[in-house]
Amino acid sequence: MSNEKNMVNIYLYGKQYKVPGDLTIMTAMEYAGYTLKRGCGCRHGFCGACATIYRIKGDNELKTCLACQTQVQEGMYIASIPFFPTDKRTYDIGEIKPTEQIMMELYPEIYSCIGCNACTKACTQSLNVMQYIAYAQRGEFEKCAEESFDCVSCGCCSVRCPAGISHPMVGLLARRLTGKYIAPETEHLKNRVEEINKGEFDSLIEQVMQKPITEMKELYNTRDIEK
Amino acid sequence: MFTPEMLESVAKVEATRKERMATEPRRMTAEEKDELLKKFHPDYRAEGFATIQIGPNKGEKVPLELGNLLHSNSRLLGEKIDLDKVDYDVDVLVIGGGGAGSSAAIEADNAGANVMIVTKLRIGDANTMMAEGGIQAADKENDSPVQHYLDAFGGGHFAARPELLRRLVMEAPDAIKWLNDLGVMFDKDADGRMVTTHGGGTSRKRMHACKDYSGAEIMRTLRDEVINRKIPVVEFTSAVELIKDENGRVAGAVLQNMETDEYLVARAKTVIIATGGAGRLHYQGFPTSNHYGATADGLILGYRAGAPLLYQDTIQYHPTGVAYPSQIFGALVTEKVRSIGAMLVNKDGVAYAHPLETRDVSASAIIRECAEGRGVETPLGSGVWLDTPMIEILHGEGTIEKRIPAMMRMYLNYGIDMRKVPILVYPTLHYQNGGLEIGGEGFTKTIDNLLVAGEAVGGIHGRNRLMGNSLLDIIVFGRNAGKAAAAKAKVVKLGKMNLDHIEAYAKELKAAGIETNDVSPLLLPKYARKER
Ligand SMILES: Cc1cc2nc3c(=O)[nH]c(=O)nc-3n(C[C@H](O)[C@H](O)[C@H](O)COP(=O)(O)OP(=O)(O)OC[C@H]3O[C@@H](n4cnc5c(N)ncnc54)[C@H](O)[C@@H]3O)c2cc1C
Ligand code: SF4
Ligand code: SF4
Ligand code: FES
Repeated sequence: MSNEKNMVNIYLYGKQYKVPGDLTIMTAMEYAGYTLKRGCGCRHGFCGACATIYRIKGDNELKTCLACQTQVQEGMYIASIPFFPTDKRTYDIGEIKPTEQIMMELYPEIYSCIGCNACTKACTQSLNVMQYIAYAQRGEFEKCAEESFDCVSCGCCSVRCPAGISHPMVGLLARRLTGKYIAPETEHLKNRVEEINKGEFDSLIEQVMQKPITEMKELYNTRDIEK
Repeated sequence: MFTPEMLESVAKVEATRKERMATEPRRMTAEEKDELLKKFHPDYRAEGFATIQIGPNKGEKVPLELGNLLHSNSRLLGEKIDLDKVDYDVDVLVIGGGGAGSSAAIEADNAGANVMIVTKLRIGDANTMMAEGGIQAADKENDSPVQHYLDAFGGGHFAARPELLRRLVMEAPDAIKWLNDLGVMFDKDADGRMVTTHGGGTSRKRMHACKDYSGAEIMRTLRDEVINRKIPVVEFTSAVELIKDENGRVAGAVLQNMETDEYLVARAKTVIIATGGAGRLHYQGFPTSNHYGATADGLILGYRAGAPLLYQDTIQYHPTGVAYPSQIFGALVTEKVRSIGAMLVNKDGVAYAHPLETRDVSASAIIRECAEGRGVETPLGSGVWLDTPMIEILHGEGTIEKRIPAMMRMYLNYGIDMRKVPILVYPTLHYQNGGLEIGGEGFTKTIDNLLVAGEAVGGIHGRNRLMGNSLLDIIVFGRNAGKAAAAKAKVVKLGKMNLDHIEAYAKELKAAGIETNDVSPLLLPKYARKER
C-alpha cells in the first residue's frame, strides 16, 4: 500500500489527518474513518453531490471542486458543501414558451449579474458560466443550453455569486426549452410512433415471439449488420 | 502519467495503428464466443457463487455477496415498530429516485394518484445519472422493432421473457418521444434527424445520445419534472422492509431516515420497487461503475416478502472500466468510445478482437488477454489499451471533445489527454442482469400490489443486456409501472398492516441451519477504514 513518504496532511473541517497522497478527497475522508451519508452520490463526477471548498495552507485563494474527482494535496483545508439552497422555480413545461419573457418571469435575478466572473472561476466542470447566464439574459436559449450542457448542478458557482443567482437551474430551464421547442422536430420518430400505434408491427413481432429458439439462433447469427 | 513500461507499449500501439485502421477485426463465431465465455467470464467462476438456502429460489445459484444478504435477517427483527402510527399515507409509494422511479412517479401523478418518492440519497443520485452512451430505439427507416427484438434477444442469450422484451422494443420510440417532449436534448442533425450509432451487439445504428451525458440529461429533466409537479420526494430515507396486510398483499414500507436512523411508516395501496442495481456489492472483488447506493436493497426487500428472483446469477461486467489512473479505478469508459471508432489493443499493439462484440464477450476477451500475459501492468492490476486517438483520425480533430466530453474531462483531471494517447481499461462491475420477476404489467407474480421497475427487474434482457437497452427499460417499464400502480390503487382496500413475514423469514433461516448476526438490506457499502 502507501508508504510513509507518500502520505500528506489534510484538514477535514479543520481537523488534521494523514492520508495517502494518491487518494481523492472523497476516498481520503473514508480513509480517515468517515462513513459518508451526504456529499456522496455517483462517485464518478456526474451527480454534483460532492461539492467541496478548499484552501491550500499558505495560499489565500479559495477553490471549489468535486470531492470524487480531485486528488488530495499537502496542506489542504477541506469543507464539503453537501447542500446549497439554490432556488428552483416551478413551471409547466407544456405551458411556457421559449421567449425572453420567461427568464424574466422565472429567474429575474439573472439581470442583476455584475459580471464579476466568480461563477466561471468556481465551476467544477470548467464551464463558462457567466457566458451562459449572459445568453439566458438575452433569450438565446440554444446557446445557453449548449454552453451549460456539462453542468452537474453541484452549485459551486451559486455559492460564490454576489447576485444570488441559481445558475444550474437557469441552464436547466434553457436546456428543456431547447430540447422541447427550439431543436428541430424529428420526423422519423413521429412516423415510427404512429406506425406502431396503428399496429403495423404487431403481427411481425408476434411471429418472431413464437419462433423456436433454434430458428431465432439462426436468424440472429446470420442477421445483416449495418456498416 | 504513464510508467516507462506503459510508454513502451504505447509506442507499439502507435506503430500498428495505421495498419490496424485499414482492416476491421474479425467477429467471433458463435462457438468461439461460447468457449471464451466459459473460460473467462466471471459468471462461470464457481468460487464466486453460493446456493440460495431458503425462499422461492431455493437451490439456485447466486453471487456470494448477494447470497450473504439474502441469508441475513431483517434490520427490523426484534424492533418494536408501531404500524398504527402512520407517517405517510399515499396511493402509490415509489421506492428509489432514479430514472425508473421518477418516470413511474410522473405517470402516476399524471393518472391522478397521490404518489410519493422515497429515496436513499438525493433524487438523481442514481445509476441513471451516470449513463453516458445512450438509449436504443428502432425509429429509423432501415430499422424496426422486430430487428431490435432480434438483437436484444440474441444478445441476451435467448433468455429474455418474450412478453417483456416485446414491450421494450415496441414502446421504445414512444419513450424517446416522451423524453424529447419533456425537453431532453437528444443529439440531432440540422434537419432534426437523430444522430444514432452502433452499440455492442446492435445490427442497426439505433443508439440515441445526449453527448456522453445521456443519463444525466434524462435524469435531470425527469427530476425537474417531478419537482415541477410538486410530487413529494423524501430524500436521505431508505425503505428497509415492505409491510403487508392480513391478506398477504403489500401495504406499504418501513422507512429509515439515513441521518437520524429514525424509523417511519409509509402506508400505500401500491408499492413500486425502483431501487436499481448492486455494483457496490463488489462481486468477486471487482471495482464498479455504479453509484454509492447500488446495494441491491430492493431485491432483498422483495425476496424477504416472498417475490421470486430471475437470473440473479448473471452479472454484467462492462469491458471498459478505468484500469489506470488509480483515482478513477473502475469508473466507466463509455462504450461510445468504441462505437465511434476506438479499437481494443493489447500490450503488443495487436487488435485481438472486434471492438463491438457484446459486453460479456468483450469483457471476457480482455480478461483473457491479461490472464495470458498480453495485458499492461498497472498499480492495481492490469489492462488493455483503448486506442482513442483513432477517433480523431477517423472523424476529425475535435470529435472527442464534441462527442465524449465527460470522458475527456475525467482523464484530463489526471493529465492524460485521450486525444493524443490511448487509455488503459479493464472490466468493471456494471449491471445486474437479473432481479425480481415481473409480468407484462409490471406486477410481481406472487405478491399483490407490488410492482418492480428498472434495474431491479430480472428477465427483460435475458442473461446479458445490450448497451442502451437499460435506459430504455427504465423509461418504458417505469412509465408502465406508474400507470398500472395508479390504476390499481383506485380499487385497493387495504387491511391491517403487519410485518409477520420478517419473523417467518428468520424462522426459515434458522430451519435451514443459518445462524447469522448480519442484517440486510445493506443500504451503504462499508468504505470507512477503521484502524481497530
Ligand atoms: C456508469 C454507468 C453508465 C451506464 N450507461 C448506460 C448507457 O449508456 N445506456 C443504458 O441504457 N444504460 C446504461 N447504464 C445502465 C443504466 O443507467 C441503469 O441500469 C439504469 O439507469 C438504472 O435505473 P434505475 O432507475 O433502475 O436505478 P437507479 O437509477 O440506480 O436508481 C435507483 C435509486 O434507488 C435508490 N435506492 C436504492 N436503495 C434504496 C432503498 N432501500 N430505499 C430508497 N431508495 C433506494 C438509489 O439511491 C437510487 O437513487 C449505465 C449505468 C452506469 C452505472
Ligand atoms: S455551472 Fe454547474 S457544474 Fe459549474 S459550478 Fe455551477 S452548478 Fe457546478
Ligand atoms: S458570479 Fe453571479 S454576478 Fe458574478 S458573473 Fe457570475 S452570475 Fe454574474
Ligand atoms: S459524487 Fe457525484 S459528482 Fe462526486
